Amino acid sequence: MSEKLANPVKTYHSVWVKISHWVGTLGFLLLVFSGVEIIMVHPRLYWGNAGNDLMPALFEFPISRNYHHGGWAPAQAIFDQPNSPISAGRTYEIFNQNGWGRSLHFLAAWIMVFSGVYYLVIAIFSGHIKNNLIPRLKELTLENFVKEIKEHLKSSIAYLKGPQYGLLQKISYLMVIFILLPTIVLTGLTMSPAITASYPFLLTIFFGAQSARTIHFFAAVLLVLFLLIHIWMIVKSGFKKQLLAMSVKK
Amino acid sequence: MEKKNIITRRTALITGVSAMGSILLGGCSKPTPPTYGHLLRMGDIFTYEAQRSLLNVRALSKEYNRADISSFPATGSINPSNPSLPGFSKDYELLHRNNFAQWKLSIEGLVARPASYSLDDLQKFKSRTQITRHTCEEGWSAIGEWTGVPLGVILHHAGIMPKARFVTFYSYDDYNQSFDMIDAFHPQTILAYGMNGKNLPIQHGAPIRVRMETQIGGQSIKYLKRIVVTENFVDTNKNGDSGWAWYMGI
Repeated sequence: MSEKLANPVKTYHSVWVKISHWVGTLGFLLLVFSGVEIIMVHPRLYWGNAGNDLMPALFEFPISRNYHHGGWAPAQAIFDQPNSPISAGRTYEIFNQNGWGRSLHFLAAWIMVFSGVYYLVIAIFSGHIKNNLIPRLKELTLENFVKEIKEHLKSSIAYLKGPQYGLLQKISYLMVIFILLPTIVLTGLTMSPAITASYPFLLTIFFGAQSARTIHFFAAVLLVLFLLIHIWMIVKSGFKKQLLAMSVKK
Repeated sequence: MEKKNIITRRTALITGVSAMGSILLGGCSKPTPPTYGHLLRMGDIFTYEAQRSLLNVRALSKEYNRADISSFPATGSINPSNPSLPGFSKDYELLHRNNFAQWKLSIEGLVARPASYSLDDLQKFKSRTQITRHTCEEGWSAIGEWTGVPLGVILHHAGIMPKARFVTFYSYDDYNQSFDMIDAFHPQTILAYGMNGKNLPIQHGAPIRVRMETQIGGQSIKYLKRIVVTENFVDTNKNGDSGWAWYMGI
């Protein structure tokens, strides 16, 4: 009774949070799955606008038979001058499942966009972001940070009901919602030749189509890292209780 | 508080559904490619309709400077005159032997004056040169300079009819593809005979390839043979769904 009085707000997650959480989860998992297939087809990352097998890569990943395949016909210089760019024909049959991989990636991206917009509109207008996600000024103390970090390193952490988020939780959710997800959407759009024709500023803000691909990849890595920590925290704070709070509990 | 949430959610849902509906309904009034009852293909058509509704379809792709020209891999078929390579064509081998003197591009279907154009004929039209970025579905990109005649100019020359909806390209390596009228008449859609200031090399599609800059590179088909203008979508996949999206603006 006294607990109820102290917290007159909802005890468990709102229905719209639950819907967008699980629809978004479905979209995200499909994006990771198809994204892995896509990076396997060309496991090299570059900076700038152009980047391909005949140019040096920033990063190369040994994750498919396309890594260092070496199946190229002798190269020809494009211009009659030293250090000319080259052209060469590929003679190697690469791994490529992008037919379904790309289509699944974009379908999953639509699922993610719809659940994301649905979440964001309600989260902003209902005051969820302002009341539950943005930390209070008095919360932002060094002591509080130290206390929370210590708690997170312990074998179990306190179970907070519904939208009563902890400080580290608030900060990581805000970073995912307002930094990582917008970055990954915009860098994804920057790889589209039709979209960049209409919105060339995308190529400017991300330093080129290949830089956008590289940023897209690392943003995805950070999001997967977030997912793993998120699951770990759920396990530590009571897996069953947390799953019920995000599903059937009202 | 609770009540406010419900209204916001309903409003958000209605707004979202009506926005989706306007995109989907836009697709009902004109013939679109088949979806094969396939969720991925439905997603592709949804992306196509969304891009057609939301983007400036006449916007030009970014054009680069000569100094930006990069190394350029040749992938897919790289020589249809070589019987030991994929995409071999006996007809192409003969044409290649005579340096494409007998090569002719036939334009058929919904045109008032069906005709065959030799390389000379095509080179008599006013040319367009563009330095653009080729975005391969595999993930790489390359910048090259292309010279050719705008497809729209040839379609008008052949007397394209008002009820025309699709332009289908057939190639010697049996890689076929179609565009809607928006992409066929895009100012940067050219029938290219020059690359980086020289004749188009064999491995990049000699004597003529399509350059379509607002779609993924694979749509710019090489070794062009025949163009057919139709009112209805022509499925060039022998076994129905090829596994790949028809439209690849992303």
